Parts: sequence; structure tokens; C-alpha cells
Amino acid sequence: MFKAIGRLFTRVKEGLAKTRARIGGALRTLIGAGRAIDRQFLQQLEDTLLAADIGVAKTDEILAELKRSYRDGEVAKGEDLLAFLKKTLRDELAAEGSDLQRAASGPTVVLVVGVNGAGKTTTIAKLAKRLTGEGRTVLIGAGDTYRAAAIEQLAIWAERAGVELVKSHQGADAAAVAYDAVAAAEARGCDYVLIDTAGRLHNKEHLMRELEKLRRVIQKRIPSAPHETLLVLDGTAGQNAVQQAKVFKEAMGVTGLVVTKLDGTAKGGAAITVRRELGLPVKFIGVGEGMDDLQPFDPDAFIAAIFGDQE
Amino acid sequence: MFEHIAERFGSIFDRLRHGTKLSEDNIRDGLQEVRKALLEADVNVQVVRDFIAKVEAKAVGQQILQGVAPGQQVVQIVHDELITLMGEADATIPYAKHGPTVILMAGLQGSGKTTTCAKVARLLIEQGKRPLLVAADLQRPAAIEQLKVLGAQVGAPVFHEPGCKAPELCARGLARAELDNRDVVILDTAGRLHVDDALMTEVAEIHSRTKPHQTWLVLDAMTGQDAVVSAKAFNDRLPLDGVVVTKLDGDARGGAIVSMRAVTGKPIKFVGVGEKMDGLQPFFPDRYARRILGMGDILSFVEKAQGAVDEKQAKHIEERILKNKFDLADFQAQLQTITKMGSLKDLLGLIPGIGAKFSAVNIDETIFKKYQVIIGSMTKHERSRPDLIEMSRRRRIAMGSGTTTNDVSALLKHFDAMKKVMGKFGDIQEMAKKLPDQPELTPEQLANPGAFMPDPNALFRKPVDKDALKRYRQERKKKAKLKKANKR
Repeated sequence: MFKAIGRLFTRVKEGLAKTRARIGGALRTLIGAGRAIDRQFLQQLEDTLLAADIGVAKTDEILAELKRSYRDGEVAKGEDLLAFLKKTLRDELAAEGSDLQRAASGPTVVLVVGVNGAGKTTTIAKLAKRLTGEGRTVLIGAGDTYRAAAIEQLAIWAERAGVELVKSHQGADAAAVAYDAVAAAEARGCDYVLIDTAGRLHNKEHLMRELEKLRRVIQKRIPSAPHETLLVLDGTAGQNAVQQAKVFKEAMGVTGLVVTKLDGTAKGGAAITVRRELGLPVKFIGVGEGMDDLQPFDPDAFIAAIFGDQE
Repeated sequence: MFEHIAERFGSIFDRLRHGTKLSEDNIRDGLQEVRKALLEADVNVQVVRDFIAKVEAKAVGQQILQGVAPGQQVVQIVHDELITLMGEADATIPYAKHGPTVILMAGLQGSGKTTTCAKVARLLIEQGKRPLLVAADLQRPAAIEQLKVLGAQVGAPVFHEPGCKAPELCARGLARAELDNRDVVILDTAGRLHVDDALMTEVAEIHSRTKPHQTWLVLDAMTGQDAVVSAKAFNDRLPLDGVVVTKLDGDARGGAIVSMRAVTGKPIKFVGVGEKMDGLQPFFPDRYARRILGMGDILSFVEKAQGAVDEKQAKHIEERILKNKFDLADFQAQLQTITKMGSLKDLLGLIPGIGAKFSAVNIDETIFKKYQVIIGSMTKHERSRPDLIEMSRRRRIAMGSGTTTNDVSALLKHFDAMKKVMGKFGDIQEMAKKLPDQPELTPEQLANPGAFMPDPNALFRKPVDKDALKRYRQERKKKAKLKKANKR
């Protein structure tokens, strides 16, 4: 058990290692022994935060806060910076339970939405593996009936994860597939039903409406569903992520985020902005292409890995 | 939609008088706004810094021109410098003199390589080429299947041989192309992170084995600051020839595009817009400069309109309007076209100078839907003769469409008002016939259009009635007399 947790932690760290090398490296020069907090220091910090996709508004906020703390004597030297940043950002990312909601009875319906290429299908596969690992029974609905071979892709993943898949053919009505999946999960007494959807850019009105329809159709079967609507955000995305989250939240009542592709050099700072502006919690992060590369979001581990804290 | 940067400039530059010279001091705040806008558009931090320095150097010392808002003048400098930074567009593909031309696509996961490969194949087929697609993404499940489906859609064969590694597979694909007399080979490779050493080595090996004539990086337009890091890494391992930017039909400002040229020095070859196979376009730096600055994009507006409007139908409606036969059925067709173009607010945002003004206005778009439903509940006869729709018909239509009689009346009133305006179009066309013919304009005339254009107001002027004044005076005198008489 402890070993498993240890391995998990190392994985996040490994996944975020490059991230750490970059932001941590940049910060370390700032934190360097006895460095005074001067104009140049602030400039360097600003660049570092901006390069992490944290956004202009949040960066300005952090800098203003830092200046205030400096005047108040809470922060005096470069080495105090780390504690300061961790405090500021941890408040921002404070965990409000990254656990998935459960339905009071019957299967828990998890709807997965996002723009094209964010990593929805892969995330579903990882999530299915994760939940079966916890001893849950899972069923997947192949709701991406648009993209060529999306169903085949999910079928391969479902087989690898050893879970059942409800699917139709390309071009079929996604809402019908979703309905069938929910009905099948109910009939079989599954704990979870994960529904994949076609990637869509949030500014395509008709596609967003189609997604709303899918939700309404599911609700015909289970009125309280979907119990979770997860928005998959590409970790390399910039400030547009905020707009994406906003539109998807308005249309679909998104309940949480999954930030993918954090095993590269991208820092996923946009998620911090999304969290700040829309209050959406990050539930999971994707750190690789393997089945096990989905980790529950742990703000402490996240920040620690970003800022290269070895504690 | 985005805010027009010139509007942010408003208060900052308004106090500058004409004739003042731009100086470091008086443009500082303005440049701060430019910087913010670029960063919010995801242009790389370092690129922004260099860019601002360049703009400052250009602007300082310039005199504020008469008749131009100072803010506008600075925006122009920013706009021009952005275009310079993005460099010339280059959508050419230099074909090999002998044997097939090889194009290698590389990029991160989910950037859109497979879709782009098929789109490029389609474009080449249109140009009379015979492309072969090679499915060399052995990482993502069903990626090969996906390319096969897309290949069939665009009519390009897809090569794949199970059991061999990607570099070997690509080499075999190339051999096959030569055998089948295919003149272009498009290699679809797996998405990979630039920090994944094994996969980066693999793609470098593909490159060395197939010696592509063109190597393109496929980049998601929504990418943030990391775009520069990954592009640099790819450029270090592969000699890139260009970049294809995908998903530009989204609403990201696509600042990564600006950074690309600055960091890799490579041109943007194409941009991907939409999931349909014809959604591949050449890149226009001036359009993207405007997009990044939130200045609206009239060309995109036009394109959107073209995509939604059925040419034949438009012609038909135009004729009906001119003949004053426009009826509710035509109105419904028009409403459908408008709804097809997407959100009205977004559309307005594309029009320069308008977007920002309407950003606060909440346009009730449900009314279009409502009108369509109401018209849908009418009989054919009623649609062509709206004047027939009296109260009992209104009640029936309201029942049928789930609206109220007030809604039906509102629609009819709206339609009536529209029709009155349209009646005038017909008149205008009549007037246009009266204009003297101007078959072709000389450059001199174009330079000074005021001199030869007939005065447009003349068309509306009534013929001068010389006796009118006389009659008016007589009338006045009469009235005065009557008044006097009454007093007595």
C-alpha cells in the first residue's frame, strides 16, 4: 500500500520533472542566496509566471501581493519567495475533494467533454482502468461518433482496461449511444458509466447544442445524471483554456477539470486561471500515454513538483 | 469577442494633441496595453519583449498626424510590425524533380496531424497530384484506421504494413509510392512530446531514412507559452521547413503563430479550419495581425457568410425583393441562413470597429428561432399572403407554434416594416438605371472620385418648383388678412 503511494508520487514527480527543471530552475536563480527583491528580480519572476501560462491578470495579482508582503516585511529576501508562492498558489488550488461524485443509487454517469485533441478518449481509458483498479465495475459509452476511428480507438482501450463498451457506428446519433450506455449500465448494475463525446470547439454553437441534447437524453433515463461532467483541458493550452472552460461550463455545467499532457514542458498554468475565474476544481492530471498515467490532482504534490520542493 | 485594442488605447492617447511627437513617456502606457494584449493572445514572453522594443523604437519621434487618432496611429505601427514579424506567407510546396516528393508531418499529441495529412492529400489531388498517405502512427490505438477512413474520403490510398517499426514502414511506403507511380508521399507520424527522447530519436530516424523534401510541424492554435519550447525542440531534431497551424476555426487568438516565425524562422505553410476535409487554407499574416489585436476580421466574416449562403437561393431571394414579392417563406429561408452562420454576437465581432461596441449588448437570438417556428406553423398560402392572417388564423398559428398571438403579431409587424424598406431597394435599382454608364475608370478618376461621380443626392432631389415660393407668400398674406378680419 505505502509502496503504491510512493510509486504514485514518484510518477507525478517524474511526469512533472521537466516542468520542475524549467520553472524550478528559473525560480532557483531567483531564490539564490540572499538575493534582494528589486526591480530586476520582479521582472524575472514575472517572466517565469507568464511563461507558465498563468496569465497576465493572475501574474499581476501575485506581483502586487508580493510587493505588499515585502513592504510588510513578510518577505525580505529571495529565499522567502518559495514559501510565499506556495502559500499564494495553494490557496488558489485548495482541494475541495478531487473524488468523483457518486450517484445516490444506480450507476454514476460521468460525461467527458472538451475541444478536439485535448485527450478525452485516452482520459476515459485511463479513468476506466483506475476505477476498475478500485474494484468498481465500469462501462464505457462510445459517444464520439464523429471522428474517424474514434470508436475503434476506444474499443482497443476498453479491451486493454477490461471493461465493457457500448458503441454504435460512425455517424450514429451520439445521444442515442449515450442513452444505450446508461441503460446498459443500469441493467447490469455497473458502478460507473463513462461517456466519451466528440471533440468540439466551444465556439461552434450547433455542436454545443448537440452536446446539450446528449445531456438531456441521458437525463430521460437517469434524471440526476450526469453526476460528473469532466472537461478535458490540454495542458499545453494557453489563455484560450479559460474561454473553453467558460463556454463548456455554461452549456454543460462542467463539474471538474482533467488537465492532460503534463509530462512535457508545459506547466498547465492555465488551469490555475480557470480555477480562479470559474472555480472549477482540477480532478485529475494526465502525465503520459500509459494506462496508469492518470493521477488524482493533489495541489501539494503539484506545486511541490512545479517549484522543485524536495520535502 | 475580443476587445479592440484601439479602444483600450482611447483614454491613454486621447490627451495627445495633433503635432505632438510620440515619446517614450507618452506611449509607455499604450505599449503596456499592447504587451498585455499580446500576452493574453499567448505570444511568447520573450518575443513580446523584443517586439515592444521594436515598436517603441519605431514610434518614438513620430509626429501625431492631423486627422488621425493618436491611438490609431500607434495601432497601425503595431499592426505593421506584427506582419513584418510573421514574415511572408509561403504556401508553396517545392516538388522533387525526380521521384516522389516526401512530406513529413510531426507534432505533439492531439495537434491534428492525421486530419492535416488527409487535408493536404485532398488539396494535392485537386491540383492534379497523386499522393500516397503512409500511416506511421504506431502509438495511438486506431490511428491507422482513422487515416484509412480519411484517405478513402479524400480519395488517396493509404499505405501500412503491420509488424515493422515506423522508420522502416516509412521507407517501405516510399518504395511503394515509386512502384505505384505516386508523386507525393505524406508521412503521418505519431504524436510525441519533445522531451520523449526515444520517440524524438525515432522521428529523426524517419527523417534520415526518407529524406523528406518538406518537414512540417503541426501546431494547435490554442497552444500557450509552451509552443515555443516544443517548436524549438522539434526544430533542433528535425530540419523543419514550415508550420501548419490547426484549429484556427476556434476563438483562440493564436499568439503561438507570431512566436513561431520569431523562434524557428520557418514560415506558416497552411492553417487548418474545421473538421471537414476542405478546411485547409493558405496563411494570411495581415488577417492574423488583425485577429491578435482584436481588430475584427472582415474577410473571415465574408467567408463565414459564403459558407452559409446558398448562392442560388440568395439570387432567388434577391429577385423576389426587387420584384417586391418577398414573402414569409423567403423570410424563413433568410432566418435559417443567419442561424447557420452561428452566433450573431460572434459575427458582429468579426466586423472591424463594431465588435467591441456590441460586446455589452445582449442580442436576443432566440427571436430568430421563434420566428422560424411561427412561420413553420403557417400554411403555404399564408406564407405568401401574410395580409390574410387575421385574428383566428393568428390564434391557430400561435397554438401550433407554442407561442402567443402577440408573438405572431410582432412577427407580422416586423415583416411588414421590413417589406416597406425592401420596396425602396426596388426603387433604388430603378434609379441606378438612370445613372450614366461608366464602363471603365481611369486611374485619374479613381484618384479623385468626387470629380466625376454624379452627386448621389441629386437622385433624391425633387425638381425645383420655381413658383413654390410665390405660392407660399400668397398663402401667408391670405392667412394674415383672415386673422385681421377675425379680430375685428
